[in-house]
Amino acid sequence: MSEVKQLVKDLAEEHGREMESLLPILQGIETREQHISQEAMVEVARELNISAAKVYGTATFYSFLHTKPLGKYVIRVCKTITCMMHGKNQIIKELENVLKVELGDTTHDGKFTLMETNCLGQCHKGPAMLINDTPYTELTPEKVRDIIMQYRNEEMHAN
Amino acid sequence: MAEKINLRIDNIAVSVDEGSTILEAAKKINIRIPTLCYHEDLCVAGNCRVCVVEQAGSDRLLPSCAMPVSEGMEIMTNSLKVRKARKEVIELLVSEHRAECTRCYKNGSCELQELSSEYIVGENGYIDLIPLKDLTIDHFSPSIIKDDSKCIRCQRCVRTCSQLQNISALTVAYKGEEMKISTFFERPMYEVVCTNCGQCVNRCPTGALTEKTYLNEVWSAIHAAGKHVVVQTAPAVRIALGEALGMPPGEIVTGKLVSALRRLGFDSVLDTDFTADLTIIEEGNELLQRLKKALVDKDPTVRLPMTTSCSPGWVKFIEHAFPEYLGNVSTAKSPQQMFGALAKTFYANKLDVDPEKMVSVSIMPCTAKKYEAARPEMRSSGYQDVDYVLTTRELALMIKQAGIDFFSLPDDEYDSIMGESSGAAVIFGATGGVMEAALRTAYEVVTGREVPFEGLNITPVRGMEYIREAAVKIDNVLPEWSFLEGVELKTCVTHGLSNAKKVMEAVRDGKADYHFIEVMACPGGCLGGGGQPIPTSTAIRKRRSEAIYQEDSLKPIRKSHENPEVVHIYEEYLKEPLGHKSHELLHTTYKERNRY
Amino acid sequence: MNKKHLQRLDLIFKNEHDTEKILEKALARPDDDLINDLISSGLKGRGGAGFPTGLKWKLTSEVESDEKYVICNADEGEPGTFKDREILSSVPHKVLVGMAVCAKIIGSRKGYIYLRGEYKFLKPQLLKIIDDFHKLLDQLNLDFRVEIFMGSGAYICGEESALFESMEGKRGEPRNKPPFPTNSGYRGKPTVINNVETLAHTYSIFKYGPEKFRDLGVQDSRGSKVFSVSGDTPIPGIYELEFGMTLQKFVEDFGDGDAKAVQVGGASGFCVPRKKFDKTVIGYQGKLTGASLPTGGSMMIFNSSRSMYNVLHNYLDFFVEESCGQCTPCRVGTQQLLLGIQAVKKGEQPSSYLDKLMELAEAMRVTAKCGLGQSVANSFSSIVENFKEEMIY
Repeated sequence: MSEVKQLVKDLAEEHGREMESLLPILQGIETREQHISQEAMVEVARELNISAAKVYGTATFYSFLHTKPLGKYVIRVCKTITCMMHGKNQIIKELENVLKVELGDTTHDGKFTLMETNCLGQCHKGPAMLINDTPYTELTPEKVRDIIMQYRNEEMHAN
Repeated sequence: MAEKINLRIDNIAVSVDEGSTILEAAKKINIRIPTLCYHEDLCVAGNCRVCVVEQAGSDRLLPSCAMPVSEGMEIMTNSLKVRKARKEVIELLVSEHRAECTRCYKNGSCELQELSSEYIVGENGYIDLIPLKDLTIDHFSPSIIKDDSKCIRCQRCVRTCSQLQNISALTVAYKGEEMKISTFFERPMYEVVCTNCGQCVNRCPTGALTEKTYLNEVWSAIHAAGKHVVVQTAPAVRIALGEALGMPPGEIVTGKLVSALRRLGFDSVLDTDFTADLTIIEEGNELLQRLKKALVDKDPTVRLPMTTSCSPGWVKFIEHAFPEYLGNVSTAKSPQQMFGALAKTFYANKLDVDPEKMVSVSIMPCTAKKYEAARPEMRSSGYQDVDYVLTTRELALMIKQAGIDFFSLPDDEYDSIMGESSGAAVIFGATGGVMEAALRTAYEVVTGREVPFEGLNITPVRGMEYIREAAVKIDNVLPEWSFLEGVELKTCVTHGLSNAKKVMEAVRDGKADYHFIEVMACPGGCLGGGGQPIPTSTAIRKRRSEAIYQEDSLKPIRKSHENPEVVHIYEEYLKEPLGHKSHELLHTTYKERNRY
Repeated sequence: MNKKHLQRLDLIFKNEHDTEKILEKALARPDDDLINDLISSGLKGRGGAGFPTGLKWKLTSEVESDEKYVICNADEGEPGTFKDREILSSVPHKVLVGMAVCAKIIGSRKGYIYLRGEYKFLKPQLLKIIDDFHKLLDQLNLDFRVEIFMGSGAYICGEESALFESMEGKRGEPRNKPPFPTNSGYRGKPTVINNVETLAHTYSIFKYGPEKFRDLGVQDSRGSKVFSVSGDTPIPGIYELEFGMTLQKFVEDFGDGDAKAVQVGGASGFCVPRKKFDKTVIGYQGKLTGASLPTGGSMMIFNSSRSMYNVLHNYLDFFVEESCGQCTPCRVGTQQLLLGIQAVKKGEQPSSYLDKLMELAEAMRVTAKCGLGQSVANSFSSIVENFKEEMIY
């Protein structure tokens, strides 16, 4: 059985095979694979006995579910007005520089994806961003450089 | 007894059952509230916001299709506030719609066009959104064209595909400004589980979903020197064509249909009903053969229940959804394809026409037939057996283009050797028709007697309930059929793919002990097909059904095996049912397909 | 309307570690008493819609059903709002107590916290607290279990019926109403859905009694509210304030001395210009007017260096992206409003086009299917009306 097939099966065992299980299962796939592939969706459709198109329609609705592979670390920078007022554009520029990537893209090594997102609920400490699930607030270009450095070091140690 | 609610609409009192919507109440007193996303066959969506009305004392407007009535409600359907709001909504829709009305297939029959002209949506509208979007036209399917730039996102197609047919090939995807109607991963329609049934086409208010038309190709063939163009007409066309030309539903126009086809320039005007009779002979014998293998030989590999195979939407459905049951589907081709194979062999020979120069056209109530004709295995004649399939709607357009006054046409008759048909053939157009036709023949073959139903009208298999069962007791059989003595032949008739799915699930779960199942992909059977005149409704389909059974009762020959042209073709060409020639030309194979 | 002296309070965030006591006390009281307390307290929904909480619980308790649900709406996504995050971080037990008491009253055995995906980092801690809470419920013999359901990045799922759709594995598209959640909510069953803060306030009411709550605030805006203050302020953060203050007072306390406008209620709220500060009161007041405003409590302050065009552009960008796309006025209207102000700014459309857009916003307000589409007009018209020159030049 392919890896994806096994993953979906395990998630279905964990969350059930009702319609209510769809979102938790998709979230589980996204967490592991950083996206939900066609194969994964067909498997989900099979497990839940629903149409593949329905799975696609639901998955594409949510901003945190993706159909194309993202990097290992997804950076989401808040673009709401108060974060913008406190310098979000500089933060994005800095990230683009440090990562050598354009907003919306993934780095060549597949490690970082840089995106914008809507209000993260950190408005009193803007600019703010999430890297995967972890929030970082009161950002400055220097702080951003340090944070990315931290992640890069971790990656090096891991190898 | 439901409680009655009293309300006033436009100052007129009306009393309706509790639970009714404002729209239903308005209909009762003949007040027409415009709608777009609402369709009587489908569940209420309430998303287009065209049907908004004003309630006295309320600031926000209410969607009349979704709002239940309440006691003492005061509704204004035409106040200034309503008119202003409605015009805004229509203007917004026009701004996200690529209006190329003069060139559009739905010109003159588009619901958005109608609304825009009613509300005189003029030049000072909103910014045109179409150039800013990356919308595509999917014209890769042989049957259906999906033009996203004309979509107004009413979701009728999604609801049809999901609720009515339970296929869900179409879904709503993304959100916000990117929200659109899509397939799995935006694949072309022909790549996904779409069965080509065309029910979505029947319900799309604009030109976003239309059938792929082959009018120009057919005109070219007709006018090409040296080409012999043969046309066949499906049973359900002759009782619905009138609707597309201004007649009320349920008019039998067979004679005029033939007349029109001759005037259009077709060289041979023949009838699919002929091969429908032929299908009965082949399929009926196939069923009896399977029964023999099961009951006499005790062959464990024989597959029962057997299902019909003339509905290409059904065939594609089972290929995607229940491929393990493909062995249960009759190997007999559909009447259209049997015709196509014989046209370029038997018929071409008879007329001494070079099959290379023959163009085979069919007029169908169906969009899936276009897909069927293009299936790679449908080339038994050595050429593409059916070159072009036109829907009833396309034929109506051809008639208009040719300047023919359909009303005043005299009646005419089909050409011979593949134009004669029985009443059993014409009822193929209604749900239950194939079953009834098969029973009329099979019963007589096995017992030597006519089916024990008055007037040969096997009423238990008729009607519009979605899953119907009928058991026919077979006794006093002829000696060679002794194995069927006392057997109760259990049959099932279903229409609409959501019901076909239920039946197949019952079969899979061992809860269905039928011998023979008739499946029609479209609600109502072919008379409700994806190529039939728009609009469609339960009432319209009922009238078409009545017309079909009436046509059957008026026919001199009521049973397929008594069709003299059918008898003749076996004697001269096919030799025997399920024989070598039949297998070469009249039977086919199926293919397992993907799950998305 | 009295102009109240600004009272900062600490009802919500004060943690006296008396969860067990308060819950036990509440569960021992008859349902009617509890409902009456909530009703007489005047508590209204703190998510922004402002529906009377006691009435909501009462209506749901009166419906006959084998299954009922209590859902805590933690899908806080309104720009400028971050109070629910703070509440869930510091005093989540208050929210759980509110849910449990509600469950007892309406007869529910299952509760959910719909937590937005952006707050996933709160989940591990919350799970631990819920686990302990279940043990407490077992002790007190209440058959009620709470589960966390994660969102996946969709603002519209904060709308109650869209939230139900999301939990049912579908796209978060708001439903037709009626039926309302009290009759048909999650899985078509009677459901009480309350904002995080609302539930936290019920804890205060069960602890101190309804009068203390009622004594705060003004007229039909009773009690205190947690405000999320951000923007051009030297002291951004969370503040629990009494209802009824004027914006003038608010800006005096929280502004940087140069406040040009305050956006009350996030992108779905109203933008109040300086000249209207003293006439505007924060609170619910029957019909939605510019004078007093129902609100989720987002307060964004803009000083004179800010371009209100950029502000409006930012809000419209947000709506264009977050609209579920279902209904015409919102899906297309938001796009037209955004393109419209861009065109006027660029000179591609005359300034009179703004009048057409104002009419469009009004049409959206009365025809849109849910609160999102209906509320776009709030910020649109208040900004265009009060800062017209900034839209043009």
